[in-house]
Amino acid sequence: MKLTLSSSPHQRVQRDTPQVMRLVIYAMLPGVAAQCYFFGWGIIIQALIAVIAALVFEGVVLWMRKKPIERTLTDYSAVLTALLLAVSLPPTLPWWMTVIGIFFAVVVAKQLYGGLGFNLFNPAMIGYVVLLISFPVAMTSWLPPTGISTLPMSFFDAISIIFTGFTTSGYDVTQLQTIADGVTTATPLDTLKTNLTQGVTYSETLEYPILNGGLFASAGAGWSWISLAYLLGGLVLIKTRVIQWHIPASMMLSVVIFASILHMSDADYYASPMFHLLNGALIFGAFFIATDPVSASTTPKGRVVFGAAIGFWIVIIRTFGSYPDAVAFAVIIMNMAVPLIDYYTRPRTYGRGTKPESKAES
Amino acid sequence: MTTDYKDLSVQGLWKNNPALVQLLGLCPLLAVTSTFINGLGLGLATTLVLIGSNVTVSLIRNIVRNEIRIPIFVMIIAAFVTIVQLLMNAYTFDLYLTLGIFIPLIVTNCAIIGRAEAYASKNAPKDAAFDGLMMGLGFSAVLVLLGGMREILGSGTLFAGADRLFGSIASNWTITLFETSQPFLLAILPPGAFLGMGLLIAIKNAIDAKQAAKATQPVEKATRIRITAE
Repeated sequence: MKLTLSSSPHQRVQRDTPQVMRLVIYAMLPGVAAQCYFFGWGIIIQALIAVIAALVFEGVVLWMRKKPIERTLTDYSAVLTALLLAVSLPPTLPWWMTVIGIFFAVVVAKQLYGGLGFNLFNPAMIGYVVLLISFPVAMTSWLPPTGISTLPMSFFDAISIIFTGFTTSGYDVTQLQTIADGVTTATPLDTLKTNLTQGVTYSETLEYPILNGGLFASAGAGWSWISLAYLLGGLVLIKTRVIQWHIPASMMLSVVIFASILHMSDADYYASPMFHLLNGALIFGAFFIATDPVSASTTPKGRVVFGAAIGFWIVIIRTFGSYPDAVAFAVIIMNMAVPLIDYYTRPRTYGRGTKPESKAES
Repeated sequence: MTTDYKDLSVQGLWKNNPALVQLLGLCPLLAVTSTFINGLGLGLATTLVLIGSNVTVSLIRNIVRNEIRIPIFVMIIAAFVTIVQLLMNAYTFDLYLTLGIFIPLIVTNCAIIGRAEAYASKNAPKDAAFDGLMMGLGFSAVLVLLGGMREILGSGTLFAGADRLFGSIASNWTITLFETSQPFLLAILPPGAFLGMGLLIAIKNAIDAKQAAKATQPVEKATRIRITAE
């Protein structure tokens, strides 16, 4: 047996940044595949546009900052950011909006703050929020998932609608949305929000086609499968120890708790916890967005607080806010609170800060 | 003491620009710069108040006791703001409605009381008036630049609503750069103002840094040449 003598650190990091980023990208694949199945090829094209734009922007900024270009471009962080943003976008979004979103994600949120490791906010979510605030109509124009939509989109339809605004047969997004049942069918969260303002109760909303064909009574058609596919990818990430369990677990638990409180107070008006969990970007956000190692809390206790607070804000903003989904807003709000959380949840240094009662004994 | 008017201009327009360097009066700056004309209107109003208050403060600088100067300054500024407000109400009513609360709020613009305290209360009326003009122009330049930037990005037009400031002859001055059914709302909303302001400050600092680098380089070269010559 060979005994080697070396200086610290003795515990070596097993993976470098590119490996971690690649693993997260692989873990997204089941979710991406599910999205592709339910919403057509648009997502793949969006992802391609986003990745190319992200690499170009990152390369240009690195060149302007006189930083090593090749090493940073091949660490896959820009690719991951682009993918995270692309899967959050409606598949029919015009290509230039995607490029604007990537610009804000990569250039403003990441590189202007100093590049990977220095960004205060989750870059993909900054890009998403900029787009949502700037183009609210386009950003909430989701087509009904396959199965409800009577007009399946081909690969060329998807390309055509992203680059020209019309499918090959000449429909635009609004026409495609209404074609399903004569009523504009947005996302489940959007449908609920609109219905509640029009006096339709939560239980009546569940009868709508967008919410009827789902896996569970209260989960949207297609959407629940996508959420479960991301759950699978997320569990793989925890199993391979790329992410810790604290943030996803506390985030989902807190959503369930706060949604249950509201749902029990008025079941006609407030959606059930299951509805909150399986619709929108919650599971995707819990495993892939909130766990960003740079902008999330870094202490174990802090992670629990961070995740729970995100869950709280998601329920509050989804229920009382004016936008249908809230994952991006909640994550960005809590990104701002991370320094404070980390300060108050610093782990106790071994041998220091003993409990007061043991001090009294001695 | 002779006054260096060139130095006063450089200070007001660039080196000590109220908006970009002193970061004063940011509230109206960020709030009304959604279009070029709004920015220009508020910039002109602020410049008028600044010149008037600077001259008046300078005239009474030897009479007012030091202990009570700040309330006096504020009253002078408030008087000029009221004058400007009534003038705008009379002659540019539409612009007056658009700018709304931000015209009376010129009273609280720190750039004005800052100049009264820092320059006008220590210098002759003529110099104070010139300083007020330059500071006002520096402030207006930033308002106009930011307003133009946000208007182009946000709605694809420039000089929209020029008739509100210049009367009916300006009603066809609007330049439409591009038509879009989905305007870039971020540029028009308050966050866009913050981003644009940060960008302008960054550009100014970058130009300064470049000039500073340029200024130091020739000196190095000159010494090197002399050494080799010897």
